[in-house]
Amino acid sequence: MRISINEQSHDIPPQMTLHQLRLQTDPSANMCILNGAEAKADIPLQPGDRVVFICSDHIPNAEEFNTMLKARHGAEVQQTLERSCVGIAGVGGLGSTIAIALARAGIGHLIIADQDVVELSNLQRQQYFLDQIGCPKVVALTATLRRINPGLQLTTHHTRVDSNNLPELFDSAHILVEAFDDASAKAELTQTWLQTFPERPLVAASGVAGFGTANNISTRRPFAHLYLCGDGDSAVEAVGSLCASRVGVTASHQAHAVVRLLLGLDPVKSTST
Amino acid sequence: MQLKINGKTLEVKDGCDIATLLQQLGLKADRVAVEHNHNIVMCRDFDTTMLQNGDQIEIVNFVGGG
Repeated sequence: MRISINEQSHDIPPQMTLHQLRLQTDPSANMCILNGAEAKADIPLQPGDRVVFICSDHIPNAEEFNTMLKARHGAEVQQTLERSCVGIAGVGGLGSTIAIALARAGIGHLIIADQDVVELSNLQRQQYFLDQIGCPKVVALTATLRRINPGLQLTTHHTRVDSNNLPELFDSAHILVEAFDDASAKAELTQTWLQTFPERPLVAASGVAGFGTANNISTRRPFAHLYLCGDGDSAVEAVGSLCASRVGVTASHQAHAVVRLLLGLDPVKSTST
Repeated sequence: MQLKINGKTLEVKDGCDIATLLQQLGLKADRVAVEHNHNIVMCRDFDTTMLQNGDQIEIVNFVGGG
């Protein structure tokens, strides 16, 4: 009969039980998950069951992670994402959340650049932890990304990004994500990127502040290869606050625009897939 | 003369450059990205880029927060 073992489809003999299968597949496993729930009893398996064996001492390696992604996304999608290089300029509230989403999605290579170190106030919306305060953000984020995706190729720059170093820092990126805080830095990066690499998309953000509804946050394409996420209007200098959930919605818009662009899909129009 | 700005028609004085246009729209020159007839214009060129009747201009105004 056909069942799924560790995300892969397998044929097993009828009447096989969970513990028999564990001994045959992975005797070191000390936990069995049957159809999404931990199973301790030796249950007879049924066709269509989904079994996952976990060995709590074993941290999955890059190959195992990649196999899981291929099973989840399909081999073709995963190969496309795996071959992609995405740059993220700024890893604060937007950039740290975007990096985590893209690492989970299985993007092959990320280039991250930021000059800041983690401060207590960053924990209000950024993907850092109490024990990382004082650590450069690119170093702290590297540790987190490595805990998610062991196969991720990561290039880090602990430096200020400006129009002079931008082309060099992100030279190998197929797509750049603008994830700065400051409005003029956003404008400067946008001009420089579109001027230097007119054929490479830029996914930028504007209008993420405040506690307003998240329903007016969208992804649009103002011109050329510029994609813009946010509500276009809510300025932190005007409304005075940034909220993890609203910044997170915008960050997820940006990350998803990147994924769709890589897959050859329009990030704005609701086409296929 | 008439310009098409973000899809809308706007009447401006002849001999207007991008810097003057931004001023007229109440936008700060260091916070925008401007495309002029499908070409991106760098901030340093705003006051030397002269506009002609019928030009198409796209302006993105960035606000802070991230």
